[in-house]
Parts: sequence; structure tokens; C-alpha cells
Amino acid sequence: MNSSVAPVASRLTHLKRLEAESIHIMREVAAEFRNPVMLYSIGKDSSVMLHLAMKAFYPSLPPFPLLHVDTTWKFKEMIAFRDETAKRLGLKLIVHINEDGVRRGINPFDSGSALHTQVMKTEGLKQALDKYGFDAAFGGARRDEEKSRAKERVFSFRTATHAWDPKNQRPELWRLYNTRVRPGESIRVFPLSNWTELDVWQYVMMEDIPIVPLYYAKKRPVVERDGALIMVDDERMKMRPGESPDMRLVRFRTLGCYPLTGAIESPAITMEEIVSEMLIARTSERQGRVIDHDENSSMEKKKREGYF
Amino acid sequence: MTAPMTSLAAYLAEQEKKSLLRFLTCGSVDDGKSTLIGRLLYDSKLLFEDHLAALEKDSKKHGTTGEDIDFALLVDGLEAEREQGITIDVAYRFFATDRRKFIVADTPGHEQYTRNMATGASNSELAVILIDARKGVLTQTRRHAYIASLLGIRHVVLAINKIDLVEFSQGVFNEIVADFGEFAKKLHFASLAPIPISARFGDNVISKSEHTPWYTGPTLLQHLETVDVETELGGKPFRLPVQWVNRPNLDFRGFSGTIVSGRIKSGDDVVVAKSGRRSTVKRIVTMDGDLDEGLPGEAVTLTLADEIDISRGDLLSAPTARPEVSDQFSAHLLWMSEDEMLPGRQYLLKIGARTVPVSISELKHKVDVNTLDHMAGKTLALNEVGYGNISAAQPIAFDAYAENRDTGGFILIDRFTNTTVAAGMIDFGLRRATNVHWQALDVNKSLRAETKGQKPAVLWFTGLSGSGKSTIANLVEGALFAQGRHTYLLDGDNVRHGLNRDLGFTDVDRVENIRRVAEAARLFVDAGLIVLVSFISPFRSERRMARELLGSGEFIEVFVDTPIDVCMERDPKGLYRKARDGEIKNFTGIDSPYEAPESADLTLLTVESDPATLAEKVVDYLRARELIP
Repeated sequence: MNSSVAPVASRLTHLKRLEAESIHIMREVAAEFRNPVMLYSIGKDSSVMLHLAMKAFYPSLPPFPLLHVDTTWKFKEMIAFRDETAKRLGLKLIVHINEDGVRRGINPFDSGSALHTQVMKTEGLKQALDKYGFDAAFGGARRDEEKSRAKERVFSFRTATHAWDPKNQRPELWRLYNTRVRPGESIRVFPLSNWTELDVWQYVMMEDIPIVPLYYAKKRPVVERDGALIMVDDERMKMRPGESPDMRLVRFRTLGCYPLTGAIESPAITMEEIVSEMLIARTSERQGRVIDHDENSSMEKKKREGYF
Repeated sequence: MTAPMTSLAAYLAEQEKKSLLRFLTCGSVDDGKSTLIGRLLYDSKLLFEDHLAALEKDSKKHGTTGEDIDFALLVDGLEAEREQGITIDVAYRFFATDRRKFIVADTPGHEQYTRNMATGASNSELAVILIDARKGVLTQTRRHAYIASLLGIRHVVLAINKIDLVEFSQGVFNEIVADFGEFAKKLHFASLAPIPISARFGDNVISKSEHTPWYTGPTLLQHLETVDVETELGGKPFRLPVQWVNRPNLDFRGFSGTIVSGRIKSGDDVVVAKSGRRSTVKRIVTMDGDLDEGLPGEAVTLTLADEIDISRGDLLSAPTARPEVSDQFSAHLLWMSEDEMLPGRQYLLKIGARTVPVSISELKHKVDVNTLDHMAGKTLALNEVGYGNISAAQPIAFDAYAENRDTGGFILIDRFTNTTVAAGMIDFGLRRATNVHWQALDVNKSLRAETKGQKPAVLWFTGLSGSGKSTIANLVEGALFAQGRHTYLLDGDNVRHGLNRDLGFTDVDRVENIRRVAEAARLFVDAGLIVLVSFISPFRSERRMARELLGSGEFIEVFVDTPIDVCMERDPKGLYRKARDGEIKNFTGIDSPYEAPESADLTLLTVESDPATLAEKVVDYLRARELIP
């Protein structure tokens, strides 16, 4: 017996501890809510969250469906990945599109990013939650992403109109989560609250979790617009005078609507290279998101209105 | 590319092995908590360029530090916080050094947000208590030190901040350390490290300050990196609260939950704490394959060798070191709601994966956070701490909080607003429930009722004073008596002359008033009677308590619905006149609220029908429910 081995095994490693915490949260939701749902936004955080859900209920399947609020402006590769994932895991996938927004012709180019996000994402999400009467919804947000998220509870209460009141949140002690809601009210649940971006990538690598290929570098057609590299994903993107798509070696750190998500120039084609790049990055992942910069506390404002 | 790959793998492996320290920063408002965290993040180079750019922009707009960067704006993430320059809610930030990973909870200093400070403390192992060197130990310093200790924090750093503003004076430092040390003696911290710092300028935060040559201890970060806070959860008895029963098919029945203490191997014996049923662990199931051994903190699924009854909320335990099981226990309570705690009112208690109705049967004392002295008191207001006895509707399994945070800590939830109103820390059980059995009587409720040719029930008449409750209840009783039914009428005024003579009209007394009446009604129901209760009973929660005390279907809520202006006009006892003249205080409808039933079993509109018709309606209802022939 080598006595120096014992202390290592007596404690969970960092990622194992985060994993256990997330699983605990998910089981609590499955046990206490009538009709939960998992918001699936196809990105790396959603992939990790879904992987954790598969673990939490094994050998059963997660006892809730996935919901994707489709703004109709996601990258084509995201949609293909979404459908393939639900099929591979044998899970029910609900796709909701705000048809009213489609009829009104809302789009990120002409309507502006703020209105587009408000109508197609926030309103669409609220419609879907109301339509199916979900009383709990998982989201993949992390506290290290943004200042107002750092302030949010793991179980975050929403009124019947989906509003968040940041000044009046339920105290959240130990591992005890207050899950009580009245009809119409709901809770947004964030099982990845205590994960950092590095944790997520490291976990993707350790567990070999499938992610959308857009995270890997490839030659893609992009235009430089307002300081961001926007990929021309389909013919709906109109070229401005003087613009023409350029084939550049790029990848994405986060994924959203293609016209609102900036690519970064990078040669990283393996997971190891992605993580290495991440470790020396000097800008945050959300920097590529056009919508966060509208105004300084725009995330808090969107969240109060029902954004995830 | 091989070389960098190896170094990446090595680096990541290194990350994985690092230990984690969860700590909180607390102390009075303006002592510089947020600034300190901002400084730690900034100096450890964990800020991204876009975050820094936003911070510089923010500092110009909201900053309180002139031309310099205002680090507090990094953590005060809410609009209201930046506008007011204060911290309202706890923020969690993450950072790592070469030696350790950290999760820091930045908690608010204002007294009104003490509950948010307790939230941060509940998951922390260490508290950094900040003190403004110019101000010394304040009420809020003592309050936070006490709450930290109450929530089981054993390690404290006393960060004496703004030391630059007292000319880096060793005298000031020593005085504050002595002052705090005197108070902290009673709190039994395992370690207490005083450090002179300037969060704004960075002195002794990460690197040693040249301005404090008299200080020879570690810098704040050095201390945080090295302090030993390990609590050996693995050595404690095995506990696993069952969260979810995993049943994918008929061949698999697993019990999912997190191991909160101890270790477990297949072949180990376990006992269900509450029922005392035992079995042996067959498998420890995870998606990555079965485990040989489950460690504390691990989320697993156990299968057992025997088919025994286990459901969500049960506590699987080591048979040789079992938790206590009791329906009565004493506990410390930290009150977190604007609505004060009322003894006797029902709350929901959540402990582990179990939720049960409870009431606080007796508050033994309150704690003065300045002196830690005990004070007499019946109720608890927002942010007050007290110690009392709690009585649960069913026995629960628990350990003392001092032994195990996860099996000894609980929250109380208000049944109406659904908010979390208190955090509780169990001290010990007041009796072993296993020794207390209800006396099983041969003659029981249904036999007694059968001989009377009726089914027992309570007709609970609620409504404003003067609404006509007693008039209708009297008529109903007369009609039932005429049919040979056995009844009893409990009237508010009559009970107040005897059983409840000692009670007044404050909210606390009203709750107790209803509790006693409900208990009396329950005994009469047990005797097989149809009980008529005519009580204003203005609070929904108390009527619900009465409903829950009685068996299902035995509580019939009758809402005597009369508009207040009609009641005031009738004023049969002249009480409204007195209340308006201020002669009576806390009069329902005048200066005390009446909460109308949301879904009464029967609603009687007295402005539309006369009392005799309404009484007949009640009798018809009893017949329709087959309570009387």
C-alpha cells in the first residue's frame, strides 16, 4: 500500500464535483416539478448540460423534453446538429418559432439586433413556455459569463409574465432549493451556474462530448462588418456596397444567430488547440455577441423581460 | 505540435488536482468588499480586455474613485447596485491561482440584505470579514461574524482595509484586532487571521506592502492559498438523501441522490433512517459504469439487494451510526422574510429531499447580535436570529447541524407566498419519535360516528364580524338537532371567554386562537360529531392549517360573504363604531386584514337570501355529501 495515494481518491476532482452538483440540481427539478423542460440552444453549454442530464437519470432517459426556440436565423450546421442529437439520444425535441414575428418580417438586418432578439428569442420563448405550460426550464447560463448572471440564483423565480426581479430573489442556502410555484409561475434553473468557460471546454474534451463543427476552424465565407467577422451562411444576407465574402480560416467561440455572431480567425482544428487558444485569450467569449453591447446593462434588462 | 499538447495535458491535469476554497467577503457597507474582489481578479490577471474596457467606461459613469478604476463595478452587476453604489445581492465570482481554485461570494453589507449574506455563508468554508480601519468594529461587523459562525464557518480572515487612510498605523491595527478578538472569543472559530490591507491600492492583497513593515504575516492571497479548511466528510457516517427513484423498467429500481457524507461500497449495509428497514447495497450505478466506492459529494444511483419501501425524501444511512428521527427538535432560526415569524403558524420545512409541514411551537429566546445575549421574544422579524422548538407533522431524520450541514440545515417556506422565510440549523431532537406511539384505541372515530348515523365533519364558517356567521350556524345546528344529528357549535366569542381567555388580538394571538379551536374541533370530530365553528378567522393560512389538522373531506369551509359596508351598517354589537373611534385595535376589516377564501366549499351571499334559506342550503350540502342521511 502506498499511503500517498489515499488523499487523492478521498476527494472528487474539480470537474467531478461540478458534474455532481449539476446532476443534483437536475434530479431535484425532475422530482419536484410537474412539467419541466430543457432549453436546448445547440451550443457547447447546451451540449454539456444535455450530457449531464443523460448521466443524471441513467439508466432512465431524462424525464423531460428539449425545447429549441428557433429564430430562423441560426447557422444551418446548428439545425442539422440539433436534429441529429435528439435522434441519437432518443429524446423528444420541441421546436418553437414565433410565427407572429415571422409574419411581421422581423430579421436581424432590417429590424436591428435588439428588436430581433426581443421578438424572435424572448417573445418566442415566452410563447413556448405558455403554450406547453412548463413550470421549470433548464438553461445553460453560467455565472462567469456576465455580471448580472453572477447575481442570479440557481433556481431563479419568474412571475406569471416571465419577469425576473433581481432585487427580490429567494435566498438559496446549502443544496436546498425552493421549488414552490403557483399556477402560471415558473422557475428557470441553471445547473451550470458554477462552471467557467474553461471548465466547460475541459469537460467537453474529457467526456468527448459532440459539439457543432462550427467551433472548429475551417475556411468559411465571411465579411467584416462593424468590427465583427460575420459568416455568410445563406442568401438572406445582403451585401453592402463594397462588401464581398472572403474565404478565411475562422471558428466560433459561441454560437447564436449567424448575423449576430462574430467569428474569430483561428487555425484551431482540434479540441486541444481550441482549449490552448482559450487559455491565452484576452477577450471574453461573449465579445463575439453583437446583442450584448447594445447598452451596458443590456443583459439584465433582457433578463428582466424574460430572456434566458 | 506534440510538445505543446503534452504541456496542455499536463496543465489541465494540474488544474484538476487543485483544491477548491469557497469563501465569502462580508462586513459593513462601504468597507470595500466589492473593491477587494475586483482587486483580486484584476491583480491575478483574470480580467478579459472587453471586460476591462467596459469597466473603464463604467468607472467614468458611476465610479466613486475619481480618475481611477472603480473595482466595485466589476462585481456590482445589477443596475440598481451601480446606481446606488452598494451591493444588494450576493455575486459569485471564480478565479484560480497556481495553487488553488476559488469561488468567492461577494455579499452585501446593509443590514436589510443580511439574508443574502447568509445565503453566501451557507456554502462557504471561510469568511473574509472586512473592517474599515477608520471606523473599527461596527454592529454589522459583529452581525456578520456571528452569522458566519452560526452557519458553521470555522475560518475567518479579518481584513483591516483602507489601512492607507490611517497612515498604515500599527496601533490602529492592533486596537481593532483586540476589539474584534474579544467579541470573537464566544464564536469559537478554528482560525482567525488579521491582515492589514488596502483593497484600492493593493497593499498586502497579493503582494506584500512596503508601507507595513511591522506586519510579518502572509498577504491575503497567500493565506487563502494555504489555509487548511478540509473537513473530512469521508470519515463521517454515510448519508444519502434519496432525491429520485429511478425506474426505467420493471427490472431496475435505483435510488438516486448525492452522498452528503461518508463513503459507500457495494455489499455495505444501509438503513432507511425513518422506517428502520435495512438492506445491502448491490450496485453503485453511473453512466460511466458501476463504481467500487462512492465518495462524499458524488451523485450516484444505488440499487439494493432487497425490495424495501423507499421513496423521495428518505435518508439512507449507515446502520451503525444512524441519524436522529423525531417530529420535535430545537433549532436556530435566521428569519429572512418581511412578514414576521408567528408561533403556531404552519410553514413548510425542506431538509435534504424532504418537505414537511411544521410549526414553531415555542421560541425560547432571541439573540442580540451585538452582545450575543439572549433576549425574550415571541416572534422574529426580518434578519433576527432566535432559538426555539419546532414541531413537524411527521417525523424527520436529521443530524445536528454542527455535525453535518447537509442533514442538519433546513429552510422554511411560506405556504402562501412560497418565499423562503427562514434558514434553520438543527441543534438536537426533543424526543425520539420511535418511542412515541399514538395510543391505538379499540373504539374509534368511525365506530362512534356509525352509532350516531352520521359522518363527522367540521363546518367552518368564516366571514367579517356582523356578516351573519353565528345566526346561520345557529339555524343549521337547530335543523340538524331536529333531525336527530349530534352536533356542537364553537362560537368565537364564547370560546374567547373560556379556552382562549388568555389571548388578545395581535397576529400572534389570532394564530394561536385558531390553532386551539381547530384542535378542539378535531377532538369533537374524533368523537363523531358534526362541529360548527363560527369564527371570523381572517387568515387563509390558519384556515388551511385547520383543514390540514382534520382528515380529508372532514373540513367544509363556508364563506359567509357580506360586504363590509353592510356589516358596518348592521353592526349588531356596536364594534365597528368602536373600532372606527379607535377604541378597539386590530379589528378585522378596519385596521386588520380579512383574507377571503379563494375556493370555499360553500359561499353564502347574505345580501341575496335570508338566513333561513342559507341555513337550508348548508343542510342540503351535507346531505349531498352524504354526511347525513
